[in-house]
Amino acid sequence: MPVDETLATYSDWLYRSALGVYLFAVLLYAVEQAFARAPRKAMAGAGGPDILTDAPKSELTRTERIGRMGAAMTVLGAVLHLGSLVMRGLSAGRAPWGNMYEYMSLLCLAAVVTWIVLMAKFPIRRLGAFVLTPILVLLFLGGTVLYAESAPVQPALRSYWLVIHVSVISISSGMLLIPGVTSILYLLKDTNSDRFPKLPSADVLDRMSYRTTVLAFPLFTAGIILGAIWAEAAWGRFWGWDPKETVAFVSWVVYAAYLHARATAGWRGRGAAWINIAGFALNVFNLFFINLVTSGLHSYAGL
Amino acid sequence: MIAFLRNTWRGLTSMRTALTLLFLLALAAMPGALLPQLSLNAAKVDEYVAQRGWWGQLLLKLGFFEVYATPWFAAIYLLLFTSLVGCLLPRTWEYFKQMRAKPVLTPRNLSRMPHHSQAELDVTPDEALARAKKAMRGWRMETGEGTVSAERGFLRETGNLVFHFALLGLLVSFALGKMFNYEGQVIVQADGGQFCNGGIFNYDQFRPGLRVDGTDLTPFCVEIGKFTADYLDNGQPVGYQADIRYQSGDDLTSNTWKPYTLQVNHPLRTEGDRLYLLGHGYTPTFTVTFPNGEKRTQGIQWLPTNQLTLASEGATKFDPPGVTDSETRRKNQIAVTGLLAPTPLLHGSILNSKFPALNNPMVAVDVYRGDLGVDDGRGQSIFSIDQKMVEQGRLAKVARKNLALGEEIVLDDGTKVRFDAVNDWVSLQVSHDPTQGYVLAFAILIILGLGVSLTVKRRRVWVRATRLEDGRTLVEVGGLARTDQAGYGEEFTRLARAVLNEEKS
Repeated sequence: MPVDETLATYSDWLYRSALGVYLFAVLLYAVEQAFARAPRKAMAGAGGPDILTDAPKSELTRTERIGRMGAAMTVLGAVLHLGSLVMRGLSAGRAPWGNMYEYMSLLCLAAVVTWIVLMAKFPIRRLGAFVLTPILVLLFLGGTVLYAESAPVQPALRSYWLVIHVSVISISSGMLLIPGVTSILYLLKDTNSDRFPKLPSADVLDRMSYRTTVLAFPLFTAGIILGAIWAEAAWGRFWGWDPKETVAFVSWVVYAAYLHARATAGWRGRGAAWINIAGFALNVFNLFFINLVTSGLHSYAGL
Repeated sequence: MIAFLRNTWRGLTSMRTALTLLFLLALAAMPGALLPQLSLNAAKVDEYVAQRGWWGQLLLKLGFFEVYATPWFAAIYLLLFTSLVGCLLPRTWEYFKQMRAKPVLTPRNLSRMPHHSQAELDVTPDEALARAKKAMRGWRMETGEGTVSAERGFLRETGNLVFHFALLGLLVSFALGKMFNYEGQVIVQADGGQFCNGGIFNYDQFRPGLRVDGTDLTPFCVEIGKFTADYLDNGQPVGYQADIRYQSGDDLTSNTWKPYTLQVNHPLRTEGDRLYLLGHGYTPTFTVTFPNGEKRTQGIQWLPTNQLTLASEGATKFDPPGVTDSETRRKNQIAVTGLLAPTPLLHGSILNSKFPALNNPMVAVDVYRGDLGVDDGRGQSIFSIDQKMVEQGRLAKVARKNLALGEEIVLDDGTKVRFDAVNDWVSLQVSHDPTQGYVLAFAILIILGLGVSLTVKRRRVWVRATRLEDGRTLVEVGGLARTDQAGYGEEFTRLARAVLNEEKS
């Protein structure tokens, strides 16, 4: 199957454009975060509606307009980003998540989309800079250090399971990036609410983390199980404690602990937030260290 | 004593303990990803231990190179599952009690509920309650004096229990699988090589489960036909396949062969066993013509040393024909060793391979004569000669040359070594795991249970209709979600609107 070089080039252009647009969005978010006034009264309480009621148009301040531009830029970036993935897939004639560069790209797209959905549900637009910055770092590393030319994949990866297993794992990992970030913000806000007056209330941050994790966790579980089904067909066993499998198992256990911690007195709040951060750290570790440093069956997914 | 046991049990089954055990499990599993493991790469473990000295020895003794087989790892997950059982049993009991329980009575003061809404309507209390019941179709309802209480979302606990029981089931199936499974690897020549799953000795490598002694392996035979590999121009493989014939079950007695195309990702599944195509390599064939005119032809697999170009190394060993005296025989054994290049790349006389497919293959061979050391009872690698024999001078290099197909070397005593042909070999794996179907079933239940328990919300709603003095009716709606952060607000607002019919009034 020959690689369509033209489409591959378009894909690279779109990737760079998306990166640029995201960067612009971060700047806009940062401006809004920096110049916005701290809310005078507390955010909607636990039982209240989650929907942010926008102020009438005439009352939009300049900073708010800048924030809205940031949100619009995020959506635009996501569209370009999606285009880059689609072009990649078309150029190589396969699902566009066959190497680490493509995997990271899909992961980041999932994170951005999750963020866009959350922005629509919670009054948290200004946090965009905090969320998009780690995504930008990942995309930058992906586009430079880990970049791989558009090419077919090796025989073991020629399977419809590549489409299913890798996409599910990648999307769920991307979704889990968001609670990782909001949990850090939660800890900041919870430690010293007065020092971070512009952050949303700890309650909102906690609720965002939980809701996203609760959606991503079953997906992540399914991804691991789908991987096991593929491993049975490709490697002769469904589970073999390959380093990647092991760390995926460990982070699964950690996220399970997160869900339990929220139901355990003394662990709610801060404890749970720390666990969520640990889970995300493990995912990052699994992505970089296990792929690049240790050698296992998943290594060829590397570069 | 009983109090002690009871307290221990309570402690063990508390959520806090479960949480601690989950952390321990995560922590204990990590070394398996960071340190080399015996089950994956024993050679690497040896190297690691040798480099670390006493520290490596200590890790070895503590089982850090076989984490998932150690008592401490087993202790953690067994404790965790005991804790889980202890938590599940009372919850299941509670679950069945609640299934039959009626929704709780309407609290006196609905305005204290986290969700609350009220309106005065121009209807009778009965009409208001009827409307409420209509709006809450599908809820579990209980009508009281001027009130309706309703509850929904029992599926959440159902999902929760299914998930946890499935987890238990998965662990038990997994453990049983480790008892009765086996896994063996073997290299078979393509173009007619056969393999039968008759016993452990047919394998190059065999890993039995704890209760498997190798006497009753699933009987089946395979014959490897043509092997084909496709490569990109840069040598990256695109696909492998082997056309095979196999017989199993009744076919063995009737001697019927069935065809199958064995591919990566497409194992042959027969009689509960699976046959995998793991890899491939090349077998050079050499013919040695001894000084007395007798010929011996041998082809044995050489090992690819470069996975990209399939440059392979090996040793093809010959016994002199017709020699009965072991002393003489051991002076005249011949080994053809060296490098096989499927597509040769020559730098002067240095041979290397530039492409993995066969394209006028060449070999660079060293021919040794003397005592190969195969008679001393110790096993030796089929891919190399025993270097000790060379060091002791009992085996000597007598010729070195690059050979293309059909070319030959003549040794000093007139012995000729001819490079005849190159064929493919495939490496196969046979796996047997009688419980993996159960593991899969439980895994599916895990996903279903998890999905249900994390999306369904357990929530309650109460409606009270009170006749006011002016003849109108005060309708109050109160709501409570029994699960944390449930996001019940939107649904409640919708319900309350339907009950209070705000659009019309």
